[in-house]
Amino acid sequence: MQKLDSKIPDGPLAEKWSRYKAGLRLVNAANKKKIEIIVVGSGLAGSSAASALGELGYKVKVFCFQDSPRRAHSVAAQGGINAAKNYKNDNDSIYRLFHDMMKGGDYRAREANVYRAAEVSNDVIDHFTALGVPFARDYGGSLDTRSFGGVQVSRTFYAKGQTGQQCLLGTYSSLNRQIAKGTVKMFPRRDMLDVVIVDGKARGIITRNLLTGEIERHSAHAVVLATGGYGTVFYLSTLGLGSNASAAWSAYKKGAVFANPSFIQIHPTSIPVLNDYQCKLTLMSESLRNDGRVWVPKEKGDKRHPTEIPEEERDYYLERRYPAFGNLVPRDVASRAAKERCDAGYGVGDTGLSVYLDFKDAIEAQGEKAIRDKYGNLFEMYEKITGINPYKQPMRIYPAGHYTMGGLWVDYNLMTTIPGLFAIGESNFSDHGANRLGASSLMQCCGDGYFILPNTISDYLADDIRTGKIPVESKAFDEAAHASADKVKRIMAVNGKQTASSFHKRLGKIMWDHCGMRRDADGLKKGLELLDELEKEFWADICIPGSENDYNQELEKALKVADFFEVGRLMCEDALQREESCGAHFREEHQTETGEAKRNDAEYAYVGAWEYQGADEKPKLHKEPLKFEFVEVKERSYK
Amino acid sequence: MDFTLKIWRQEHAKAKGGFKTYPLKDVSPEMSFLEMLDYLNMQLIEGGDVPVTFEHDCREGICGTCGLYINGRPHGPMRNTTTCELHMREFTDGETIVIEPWRASAFPVIKDLAVDRSSFERIMHAGGFISTNTGCAPEANSSPISKHISDKAFDAAACIGCGACVAACKNSSAMLFAAAKIAQYAMIPQGKVEGKERVDQMVQQMDAEGFGFCSNTYGCEFDCPKGISVDFIALMNREFFSAKVCSQKRQ
Repeated sequence: MQKLDSKIPDGPLAEKWSRYKAGLRLVNAANKKKIEIIVVGSGLAGSSAASALGELGYKVKVFCFQDSPRRAHSVAAQGGINAAKNYKNDNDSIYRLFHDMMKGGDYRAREANVYRAAEVSNDVIDHFTALGVPFARDYGGSLDTRSFGGVQVSRTFYAKGQTGQQCLLGTYSSLNRQIAKGTVKMFPRRDMLDVVIVDGKARGIITRNLLTGEIERHSAHAVVLATGGYGTVFYLSTLGLGSNASAAWSAYKKGAVFANPSFIQIHPTSIPVLNDYQCKLTLMSESLRNDGRVWVPKEKGDKRHPTEIPEEERDYYLERRYPAFGNLVPRDVASRAAKERCDAGYGVGDTGLSVYLDFKDAIEAQGEKAIRDKYGNLFEMYEKITGINPYKQPMRIYPAGHYTMGGLWVDYNLMTTIPGLFAIGESNFSDHGANRLGASSLMQCCGDGYFILPNTISDYLADDIRTGKIPVESKAFDEAAHASADKVKRIMAVNGKQTASSFHKRLGKIMWDHCGMRRDADGLKKGLELLDELEKEFWADICIPGSENDYNQELEKALKVADFFEVGRLMCEDALQREESCGAHFREEHQTETGEAKRNDAEYAYVGAWEYQGADEKPKLHKEPLKFEFVEVKERSYK
Repeated sequence: MDFTLKIWRQEHAKAKGGFKTYPLKDVSPEMSFLEMLDYLNMQLIEGGDVPVTFEHDCREGICGTCGLYINGRPHGPMRNTTTCELHMREFTDGETIVIEPWRASAFPVIKDLAVDRSSFERIMHAGGFISTNTGCAPEANSSPISKHISDKAFDAAACIGCGACVAACKNSSAMLFAAAKIAQYAMIPQGKVEGKERVDQMVQQMDAEGFGFCSNTYGCEFDCPKGISVDFIALMNREFFSAKVCSQKRQ
């Protein structure tokens, strides 16, 4: 591979995108009809991109593993979507949103990409409103906003605690319109097994039809991955159980460079683990920290009922440690602070692995109805899962694996290092540095899909107007299809005794213990050893009942877990090479006297991008230096 | 807790299905209903049997993938609760639990407890959208919408497309599903522009898919995990009749 070229345009920050865009080539309407694009994933990024490309006149094929695109896990985002509208007159601006994201990401993101994401954020809100997304409104009929962690303005648009669902139904509706028009063809219930490279360009994918087991070939002039993150590497996470890394991983193994794999967000407010057979942690939206106060007892091992612990015996540790931001510190900071208290013996609940999120003061000040209006569905969800009424006693919460800032490396065009293979939304690495601020994920997905990718992909496709249809009968397709079929056969042939979930659970524990919220060199090395051992055991003892030519959910799981061993290893390698703490990546060896993350800008202000070198070789690290021309790089303080 | 499970097993769409009985011991009351089924499946796999196929994803009640007919009710005994949010503490120790797939000719069984809900997709293709292209939207606050109307539109939009309304209905009607989308758009100015075509096309598609008519038993509202109101069906019917009258006028 040649040197990484980020293709960041020159010029003043605020003009980079508009100037660059003006220079991009176009494909005329008649030619668009002849060009096919594959989009993998149907969440906010995938369905917004597919519908925008369909509207332009391209022939689009969309793949998802769910039975309907409406079920992609974007649906579960709760809190909101950011935009720099400045509707609250609180001196918000595109620059301030950009600045907050740069600081929130602990100065490990590209300035130009982040500014562009902020720049198109307002267009996303306008478009969603036109699509009928029912964002919350105030009594005058204008759109309402609320505050989120890590910022001091109110810029988060929301639809109760179901913002992701409502936005996804918005992108789904625009997708449906294109399906009805015939510009988009939907292929649900497919897992992508491989990307096909013809003459150095991504020209198609291999999928497995989940109902019949058939290995299918699909060709196109370009392939867009919108396949989300790999947070399920932890087994217990806030993600949907089907979320996986396999599509992005197959691209990595075909030469797409993978950036910052160890940057993974542990969300501070999830419902803690309640039983041994649990396979999922449910998020309680960050928006709750607007009104909820986080605390633990001042006394170690205080077993009293929370309502019996008087005010003066509670430690509101976020307010104590971070007076300027209080309960609204960013996620990485809040998660580590919770872990610190629990590890020190102040945690609550049977396991001592949780802290309180208390609404008593907010209910007293605003009344139960006001709180119900804002968070009603979240409170109900909490009560259903735990059997405890949060209007009467505090919620118990604990951090959980949530979002991956790392992902496929992309340039300013959102193209990976494989020509013609693009990555958008959570599946790329580009906009959130080492830590994502709340409500920026929906913003980025839709900005990528609706407003950025359609422009940059056209520039790439301008060379393909004479190419003609890409045949699926070729050496490259044969090889990829056979390799995929062989992988399925190989895993079925093991015929062992243990289930995919039991392996996944053990894998998740290794990752949580050794590559989770706090990391150190010894732990990471130990993690790598344990991963190797478990992976060997997996390939000797995985049990998949039934046939590969059938709807076989155990086979689906096993294929995903097989890839997660490799993902986990790359995460550990990446965490090991980064001898600094930044954002969500916290190395015990690198902290300030007060226990905050200590960056090393002189040596580590780069994107760590890994290139696959073969199954038994160590991957190769490429460094894309990060230049900061428009923000002053400071110690990130929320005190 | 110990349970006796009676589960519908069916190898594939055309196979003849039937109930099979599984005793299950040592279930934790903290387990969710689907974790209980995971626990059963683990034992089946380890015992050399084929696990029960059931569909799920988010496990937090929002994606709409899961949906089981439990003891004669869609999503089980708790109101406003999806199958994945249901917990075993709601059952009695020693109880027999009967688990079936959604039953409707428009939702054919794929395998065991999994059904094909693509008929819902086709209803959405028929008109479940506002025809606006990316890039042409006016400024978001340029047309105010009263909070009251906007909140009602949200209530309709809360549908997760799980299909419980169809499973609850003795006629297998999809009226609540279609009405939720039609009503969401009919109430807000952006959606009114093509409201008549939308209701006409979506209702036609619903009929073509083989869903039944509404006979006002309100079973759908009662069993909807998101508490979608049957008032929206009334609104849809009003829209439908008005569309019919208006289109005759146009001719």
